[in-house]
Amino acid sequence: MSKVIERDGVQYEVIWEKPKGLKEKQMHYCPGCAHSTLEKLIMEVIGEKGLTENTIGVSPVGCSVFAYDYMDIDMQQAAHGRAAAVATGISRVFPDKLVFTIQGDGDLAAIGTAETIHACNRGENIVIFFVNNAIYGMTGGQMAPTTLEGQITSSSPHGRDVKLAGHPIKISELVAQLPGTCFVTRVAVNTPQNVKKTKAAIEKAFNNALDKKGTSLVELVGNCPSGWKMTPVNSYIWWEKNMIPMYPLGVIKDVDNN
Amino acid sequence: MLKGFIEVDIERCKGCELCIGACPPKIACLSMSKQTNKKGYHFMEQTQNSCIGCGNCALMCPDSVITVYRLKK
Repeated sequence: MSKVIERDGVQYEVIWEKPKGLKEKQMHYCPGCAHSTLEKLIMEVIGEKGLTENTIGVSPVGCSVFAYDYMDIDMQQAAHGRAAAVATGISRVFPDKLVFTIQGDGDLAAIGTAETIHACNRGENIVIFFVNNAIYGMTGGQMAPTTLEGQITSSSPHGRDVKLAGHPIKISELVAQLPGTCFVTRVAVNTPQNVKKTKAAIEKAFNNALDKKGTSLVELVGNCPSGWKMTPVNSYIWWEKNMIPMYPLGVIKDVDNN
Repeated sequence: MLKGFIEVDIERCKGCELCIGACPPKIACLSMSKQTNKKGYHFMEQTQNSCIGCGNCALMCPDSVITVYRLKK
């Protein structure tokens, strides 16, 4: 049941309000950052499912390092790239808890590739949220493994050269091949419709972890207005024009539908 | 009678303007204020009474500053 308030003698129902699981502290993310939208949606789902007391999150090194300051649940901070390994330990000690990680592309796809791939291969009952914004946002916009071909970053001022730096890595397609993963999907939050789809994907991933089906990976194709040197609105346009064609949205693997 | 309205926590707003793009073009009830909040951001405000309470602005808002109300049927 939604809340109802009265104004000028007429009743209005609350369609949307700030999730109770989010603390009052203002997020440090730049204006328009997709990280904040993801954390908002995660706390919305956790609140709706009544899992606040039964969830343990693992925050990485990167922009989402302070996630424990914003999410009112038990959180653990992991060493750079090792969030999936720490989450493995937590989920084995507390098999009844819902364990998830929030990681960026510099954390998960660069320094933490081994931990991520092996956690997925073992089929640990964790949910991995992977925010792919094609850049190292926290350290000043350097080239990441997921940076697009020709994309200008502070460490590739002439654009990414694939002969020198290789091709952008598609983590979701990579881990979808592993037998341990049960649900791999790629989502975005650039339109209200995509926000709703992202929320549905989060719900599905959490259900999989509660049903002990294996590892779920939700890749959020994100933006980095500061790293891309754009206004938030322009970064959303660039996101739709360049990021989504390279990283197409949709479910990549779902064991329920095979 | 208003079909819907919003409340904005102006001190948390970072002025990213994503809500304005999310508001349906026929409604277009939001705009950026000329004033700034304590952090120096131009915050968003509802300037027209045409809001239908669709909630698109709140879905897009990264900082959860918007509360949306819709007329109860």
